[in-house]
Formats: sequence, C-alpha cells, structure tokens
Amino acid sequence: MSGSRDAILGAIRKNHIQGERPRPAVPLFDQAAPADLKALFQKSLERMGGKILIPDATDPMAPVRQAFVKPGPVVSCVPEFEGDMKITPQTKPTDIAPVEYAVLRAAFGVAETGSLCFTEKQLHVNTTGFLPQHLIVLLDPAQIVYNLHNAYQRPEWLQAHYAVFQSGPSATADIEGVLVHGAQGVRSLSVLFQP
Amino acid sequence: MTAELHEELTDPHAGEQLDHGAASSRPLKSRISEPQPRGAKIRGNRPVDQSEAANRFMAATEHEAMHDARLWDLRQKRDKEMHGIEEWEELRNLASGIKEHTLSKLDYYLELFEKNATANGIKVHWAKDGAEHNAIVLEILRSKGVELLIKSKSMLTEECGFREFMAKNNVEVIETDLGERIQQLDDEAPSHVVVPAVHKLRTDVASVFAKTIGSDPDNADAHYLTECQREATRPLILSAQAGMTGGNFVVAETGTFVVCTNEGNADLSANTPPLHIASIGIEKLIPGLNELPVFIRLLSRSALGSPITQYTSHFRGPREGGEMHVVLVDNGRSERLGMEKFWPGLKCIRCGACMNTCPVFRRSGGLSYGATYAGPIGLIIDPTFNVHKYRNLPYSSTMNGSCTNVCPVKINIHEQIADWRKTLAGEGEISPVKKVMMKAAGEVLASPVVYRASLPLGRSALRHLPHFMLYNKLNTWGRKRDIPETPKQTFNEWYRRNRKSQSEGEKS
Repeated sequence: MSGSRDAILGAIRKNHIQGERPRPAVPLFDQAAPADLKALFQKSLERMGGKILIPDATDPMAPVRQAFVKPGPVVSCVPEFEGDMKITPQTKPTDIAPVEYAVLRAAFGVAETGSLCFTEKQLHVNTTGFLPQHLIVLLDPAQIVYNLHNAYQRPEWLQAHYAVFQSGPSATADIEGVLVHGAQGVRSLSVLFQP
Repeated sequence: MTAELHEELTDPHAGEQLDHGAASSRPLKSRISEPQPRGAKIRGNRPVDQSEAANRFMAATEHEAMHDARLWDLRQKRDKEMHGIEEWEELRNLASGIKEHTLSKLDYYLELFEKNATANGIKVHWAKDGAEHNAIVLEILRSKGVELLIKSKSMLTEECGFREFMAKNNVEVIETDLGERIQQLDDEAPSHVVVPAVHKLRTDVASVFAKTIGSDPDNADAHYLTECQREATRPLILSAQAGMTGGNFVVAETGTFVVCTNEGNADLSANTPPLHIASIGIEKLIPGLNELPVFIRLLSRSALGSPITQYTSHFRGPREGGEMHVVLVDNGRSERLGMEKFWPGLKCIRCGACMNTCPVFRRSGGLSYGATYAGPIGLIIDPTFNVHKYRNLPYSSTMNGSCTNVCPVKINIHEQIADWRKTLAGEGEISPVKKVMMKAAGEVLASPVVYRASLPLGRSALRHLPHFMLYNKLNTWGRKRDIPETPKQTFNEWYRRNRKSQSEGEKS
C-alpha cells in the first residue's frame, strides 16, 4: 500500500536519530588463518554434528556407496555419482520427499563454522537440501575459505536467488535441552573431500 | 502413533549426549511431573502483574529449577564461545556501529532494499501496523486460494497476532519449529525469543502431544516426542500451498534477506510450497555483505553458544516458477526511532542473551511478563507498545547490568530500564504501592540527618528480625535469594572511627 509506504518513510525522516553515524569499515579478521583449512573445517563440522567420510584412493565414490546404510531412493545432483531418481525440469519440490539419501556438491565450505554453501545451482530443486532423510556432500578442499568474512566475499551471493549455509544436520533442543538430529530437515550430514 | 515410525529411536547413538547447537552442555532432566504454571493473567488494558505470575512459576519448583539450569547453561556456553574469538569485543562494537549507522539512514536503506529486491522479482509491501500486515498477507493468500500455510518462527508475527487473525479467516497456520509448534498446540505464546517452550518440562510436552497429535501420554522421551512431531508435521508441509518466514537480517545493497534456524524450517517453508511470504520489521536492515558476517558470527554464539545456526538461509529472489513477497512492517518502530532515550532498542537482533543471563527471567519464566517480548529487552520494548499495560515491567529487574554486558549489539539495556522508571513516574504510570514507598523513601533520602539516623535502625532490624518477616510477600528482594549479611557498622560510622580519627591524629 503506497499510502503506508510514504507514511512510514515520512515518520522515519521526521524521527531520525541525531548526529553523524558513519558506516564502519569491517576488517576480514583473517590474519590468523591456518595453512590447513581442511583440518579446521573438519573439526568445526564435527562440532556441528556433521561427519567426514574416509576417502578411498582407488575408488573415489566407494565411501558414498558405503554411506547408504538404509534402504530407500537416492537422488544425485553430481555427475560423479548416479542415483536412482532423476531430477528433470518437471520435478516438483515435493517429489523429493520420499528420498532417503541425496548426494550433493557444496559450492564452498567455511572452516570457521564447518558450513557448506548450497545454491539453486548445486541443489537443482531447492528441496534436495532438506527434504531427504540424509545428505552426502562432496566438497573440494580448494573451495574452503577461512571465516565468514571471507565467505561473504564470494561471488555466489550476487548470482543465486537462494543460498544456504548448512552446518551439520537439522537439529533441535527445544525439549529440556536434549539435542535431537533431524528436527524437520536432514537427520545426518556427511562430507567427502573430493576435488 | 506406533513405535514402528520411530526406527531412529533404536539408533545406538541416539542415547548419547550430543552437545552442539542448541543443546544443553550437560544432562538436565526433570525428576518429577508437576502441573505447568501458566503465564501472567491478562485483563484487557490493566497493568500486567509480572510478580504475581512469577510467584506461581517459582512455586512450581521443578519447572523453576529446570528453566534456571537450562538458561544458565546457555549463558555459560555463550561465554565459552566468546572466549574462543579474539575479536569478540571488536565485533560487538562493529555490530553496534553498523546498526546505528543504518538506523540513522533507515529511509535510504529501506528504499535501496526495495529497489534491489524488486529488481530481483520480489514483491515488496509496506505495513504500518500489525493489522495492516495481517490484511496484506490475507489478501496474497486469498488471491492464490491458500487454505494451509506453513511457517517458521517469527517474533514479528507474534507481535501482529497473526495466527489468531488467520484462524478467524479460515486459513490454517502450521508452525514448523518444534518449540513454536508445542506452544501453538498448547494455545500458549512463546516464552523466549529463541527457545519458545523452554518453560515446559518434557512431561508437559508429552501431555500436549498426547492430546493433540496422538503420542503416547506415558512417553516423555525427548527423542520420541521430537520424532512424533516430525512425522505429524511432514504431511502438512508437503500439502501446504504457501510458506511464511521472518527475517533476521536484510541486506539493502543486494536485496537479500537472511533467516537463521537450527531445524531448517525457513528453507522448508520457503522452498516447498510455490508461494513464500516473509514478514520483516523495518529495523532489520543492514547496508551490505561486508556487514552481514559480523551479525552471523555474533547471533548464535550469543543466543545458544553455538558458532552458527545449523541453517543460515539467504533469499534474494523467487525460484523459477515460484512467487516471493516481503512485507516490511513498522508497528511502532518509526515512532520509537524518535524516542531520544529508547531508540537503541531498535538495534536488537533477538538473540535472547539478555534473557538467559537475567536472574529475574530465569526464575520467573517468560510468560510471566504477559507481553510479546519478555526479559530485559521486553522491559524496554513493551512499554513502547502500551505504556499503561506494561508499566510494571521495568521494575522486574535487579539492575545488575548483566543484560547490557552480554548484548551483542551493545544496547544499554539496564540504563534504559532506569530511564523507563523515570519516564513512567513522570507520566504518572506508577502503581499505588510504589507511590507510597517512593514517598517515604523520598522523605528519608532528602534529609541527610534523617537518612543517617535511619541506617543503624534498619541494620539492626535486618540482623534481628525473624526470617519470616524478611522473606515475605512484601519484600520481593527476599524471594528466592538470601539477603546479604548486614555489616556491623555503617560506612559513615566506620569512617568516623578510623579515617577521621586518623586524619585528626595526623593533624595534631
């Protein structure tokens, strides 16, 4: 309602706080970044409840297959691995609901928080990020940034319409502080370092 | 609900104590079942009696003990996180400076956001109050024939009385956050901005779920109850025609809004149905992407003592074939901007750290405040909505200043509480009991002679009065705490005996 828009902006202009308040410059706080970002990422991810899969030198996708411990459809959004369900332009967001495992590649990772960034480009259908029961994520170790300041310098924020940092599985502790994985989103999240 | 649904419960790891994210860092478990104390009694526009509701909460000793332990644990987790970040104080200064800068040019940043979001395909609406917000959302829902709406947690929609309004207009609203869903099913408001059902014991949740979603009334296991809610809510999520979220931060330069959750409800509500509506207060603006990490780094560390929420979701435009609306809501904020002493409350990022640290909040429960915002931040925000109804709230504080110390955006909360007391007294918004006490105190404090004469009397009275006279209903300071031992002398007596005689001795 344009009447309200003008009324709100008018009231703000009338009531503006007094005095100059310049925009602060925000440093990147990355002087202390360690050389081994992969190790820091792993430590942070495990703290957030995520798991790291042990790599296999001869068969890179073996750890992914071994991670399927429960029966059910697997959807893959990566060329390295073929799932049982194909995502096509006709796939609806709710079609992902029966999926047990989704295999995704993260756009990048954040060592400070163990976060994985997904955008619509990696997810194909946005719901592949949270409607499946479990996520298996490929992450290129070269795509790990040190902290969140570095993360927000990445190009994805100006390209994607939807972007999410997922840091471990869905979690809740709303009942007496008891932590339960899989509140509404994924019950587990495993990462395989894979260039 | 059948046990077969819950295969996860037989997971051998399910019983281990997980302590990341929103979890408690040590096992807490209520020992007994006890009826849940309810919140403040609301009687129209009459002033809310927080202390009456707090008394009932404290009388429910099991609830009080769990609430206190859980929130204090969150405070301690926050401290641990804070010590892990060298630049913590610098981040707080930056966060405060960024918020103040944005508030000083709020018209500019709102228009910038509107321009960028619109260019990305978001439809931006403006609502001057809660009623207009509700009407705008209803109109969007009606135009799409929406009957079922899924929602992630939003304090703003609580402010607007959104669920009640939608119920009257035949739109079914399903909260997807576990804590918020518990509160919705129990027909009770959230008691805390981050952990809405923290005042409930597991047995309370078991009885709510048994009545509403058909769980086993005798099973109060948190894993079981969480799983029941997941199974009951999922079909509703899949059949909803629209989803709604709030917004924690709004980035003007990119037209992005950011939502932080641990469960993934924002992603779920926004991405599953074809229509996404976000309700956002106009004070949530920040300038650009350089500023955003300052707040993401502070928010969950301050709230729960976790480095980041499990999900941090960024929305910059609708997905292909989808529709996205943002409703920018004022509801008193532009007026608050003009309140010389109280505008810094607009810097609040709703982390709840001030609640977790507050001794009054921890012992009285969030519902005792009888207002949308409880705890220290509530004391300074609620009176801006209704000065008469919330006139007693600024007295529900010990003025220890801990809230100010933990605030990630450096709001001078305890100073504002003191300022509200002055403002309320100036406006005649003061209860009759306080008026009498203030008058007596004023007479004593106005005269140094009377004041000095009164001190030894009070002191000897405190030492010799029987317990029941000190710890009674009139003395709220004696409630749930021991009054410190009284010194044998007043400072003045001590000074006269020691320093004065010394200095006199030096002179002679």
